[in-house]
Amino acid sequence: MGDKHTSILICMGTSCDLNRSRRMKDLIETEIKNRGLENEIEVTTTSCLGHCGEGPNIRVEPEDVIYHNLEEKDIPNFIEEHFIKGNLMEKYVLTPSENDKSIPTMNEIDFFKHQRLLVLRNRGRLEPDSIEEYIALDGYKALSKALFEHTPESIVEEILNAGLRGRGGAGFPTGRKWKICRDAKGDVKYIVCNADEGDPGAFMDRSILESDPHSVIEGMIIGARAIGASKGFVYVRDEYPLAVQRIKTAIEQAEEYGLLGDDILGSGFSFSLKIVRGAGAFVCGEETALLSSIEGKVGRPRQRPPFPVVKGLWRKPTNINNVETWANVPHIIRNGAEWYSNIGTEHSKGTKIFSLVGKVNNTGLVEVPMGITLREVIFDIGGGIPGDKKFKAVQIGGPSGGCLPPKMLDIPIDYDQLVKAGAMMGSGGLIVMDETTCMVDLARYFTKFLYEESCGKCWSCREGLRRMLEILTKITEGEATEDDLETLKDLAEMTKYASMCGLGQTAANPVLSTLKYFEKEYILHVRYKRCPAKVCKSLINFYVVPERCTGCQRCVAACPTGAIKGPRSEPHNIDQSKCIKCRACYEICKFNAIEDVIVDAIVIK
Amino acid sequence: MIKFRLNGLEVQVEEGSTLLEAAQFYGFPIPTLCYHEGLSNWGGCRLCIVELKQGDRSRIVSSCTYPAQDGLEVFTNSEKVVKIRKTIIETMMATVPTSKIVQDLASKYGVHQVRVNVENKDCLMCGLCTRMCIEQMDGKAIGLVGRGDSLKITTAFDKKSETCRLCGGCMYICPACQIRCIGPNIEKDGPICNACANLEPPCLDYFDNMMCYMDPCVACELEADRPPKK
Repeated sequence: MGDKHTSILICMGTSCDLNRSRRMKDLIETEIKNRGLENEIEVTTTSCLGHCGEGPNIRVEPEDVIYHNLEEKDIPNFIEEHFIKGNLMEKYVLTPSENDKSIPTMNEIDFFKHQRLLVLRNRGRLEPDSIEEYIALDGYKALSKALFEHTPESIVEEILNAGLRGRGGAGFPTGRKWKICRDAKGDVKYIVCNADEGDPGAFMDRSILESDPHSVIEGMIIGARAIGASKGFVYVRDEYPLAVQRIKTAIEQAEEYGLLGDDILGSGFSFSLKIVRGAGAFVCGEETALLSSIEGKVGRPRQRPPFPVVKGLWRKPTNINNVETWANVPHIIRNGAEWYSNIGTEHSKGTKIFSLVGKVNNTGLVEVPMGITLREVIFDIGGGIPGDKKFKAVQIGGPSGGCLPPKMLDIPIDYDQLVKAGAMMGSGGLIVMDETTCMVDLARYFTKFLYEESCGKCWSCREGLRRMLEILTKITEGEATEDDLETLKDLAEMTKYASMCGLGQTAANPVLSTLKYFEKEYILHVRYKRCPAKVCKSLINFYVVPERCTGCQRCVAACPTGAIKGPRSEPHNIDQSKCIKCRACYEICKFNAIEDVIVDAIVIK
Repeated sequence: MIKFRLNGLEVQVEEGSTLLEAAQFYGFPIPTLCYHEGLSNWGGCRLCIVELKQGDRSRIVSSCTYPAQDGLEVFTNSEKVVKIRKTIIETMMATVPTSKIVQDLASKYGVHQVRVNVENKDCLMCGLCTRMCIEQMDGKAIGLVGRGDSLKITTAFDKKSETCRLCGGCMYICPACQIRCIGPNIEKDGPICNACANLEPPCLDYFDNMMCYMDPCVACELEADRPPKK
């Protein structure tokens, strides 16, 4: 921020970028220039605000309000109203909800209020491509502390005491991993940052790399010093062009400032960092597959032990941590282990970033302290389920995570509790589902994803997933028998226990957790050939309920095949032979007059 | 020497041994399919799984790739292992029902029913042929390509391999595809090309190449009724 009176900070994360924030910035700049205000108002880009559903997000300082969904034609009005007349342009200001139109500052809005920012502390404040701004915001302070006040051993000690656990999913204590790697024999040691985030619906790592790349680099330099590594790799997927570009710029800047390279800050410690771009295989997020990929081989997991910390890249000790784990390190070193371990629960310390997506009002990136309940995340921060739909399940931990039902909403988010509930922390995707989601279809979708992404080496994973997919497809088509459910369980068990790597061992989770919590729905599909969520096409038949139909003809217009007929103001009729079960009529009807054969009448014991 | 417990028995093996080698040495049978003494350990078929117990915790690993370590508690035939092994054999039977080796496994381990769709595939993707080609024959003609449902064994870029010397090693070691070499009219014509091992394949009279993974693929089966070349 310069010495100007006010600043307009335009979010330039991927989702806002896609919502034309770059063009918006040009237009705003032109408008300001036209009015001769360029000495009064500063326009800059900033890192992701996390409120990704309604971009582009524009934050105005010092008022600290957020404008969203701003339309291009209203930019002159926006400048006029806000900056000349001094009024807020209420149409576009972010308000708590549709009913509550009060205008709070950014940190008073529910979405932001309940979050605890640690890794994302610079969000909305930092220009990601500027190392000067990062340094101005206490950046690289931890590095100088680690270089001049700590010994490598005391850094490891600090991380151990802080209780930091790997944010990539399994939650292995980071300090212990560093210690093993430090003690491992080897002339050369490597560290790797795992930014191969392949889960559908997850974008935490991308956002960190895009918003605050220097915090990851700083964490890695500290880690390298603690472990004694001389070379590091950032393995980032090529599908994240903005993240690749930002981390590349950040590495170049750090090299220029003497923070990377030989003799860092005159301490005698040398460390260099290289970017490796992944080709987009989901399995390459598994650490041993990732190492194979860096070595230039096929991204296929290998046997552990020996673990990468003992024999990793090119058979040398290699420490792999997730982006978020690395980004946590500078905070621990700067503020001390004790400060850090005060956040969170007994066995899970610190904060966790989740990407909140699906059927929830506020989608985006949220950072919350460990131990917060799922209910708080989904209803307080996420603002609940849109429309008057009921909450049905939340999938936590990506494709291989589990689906938790409403009764599990009050469990605290920590590594061990989630595993106990049949899900896992994963890298932190939270997909919220409402009653219109069919759990069998969902399990089928994720099983298909995992089957396509399985490396194919283990019979149990490749064939287990293929056979499960076969049975799930049969269930959604209404051709399965109850014996198939038993087979499905056996196959899931085989996949879970007999597979070698993390992908295979968790690949059965979508099936196992839906079978555990939503068995009724499976039985409805198998025994009664019904899909209560009205998703599985072979199992639904839409009818018009004559008593409710007002004959408004909205469905007639919506039907793509002309299957609905009926004169205005009289109950319509659906021609079953023409109906393709696209749900268009069901969704457009305001009177709930389109129904499947009544499902609720069936009671399952 | 490394000391650990195998099925409750205190055993000692040399450093660097795998659990499978240890179990074989002490006479505990463990079924294998993708394992071969002359080749590197792959761990793909998962038949050789054993259970490792540590207090209340247990996990299942493939014994052919897992190194023996001090203090392990290994069970080669625990209830869990046997159940999962049966499911594996069952799915193998469903996928490659014509393989003699898989049939024998099913009979030995008491798999009496197949509950999933029966297919007639001719490959288990066990990788024996690719390892044979690379490690023993120094051929590098074939390899595993792709992942998930597009995983297949083929030559580089699906083109006729220039490094293949038609040695037949891949066919010799394959646990599933002997059927190809027998051909459809075994009684009348005799086997087509099970002579690959002695390097005088009779099907060369009929076809340009006898290699199943070469162009044309599966020559003996697909083009069995093509008239002789000469």
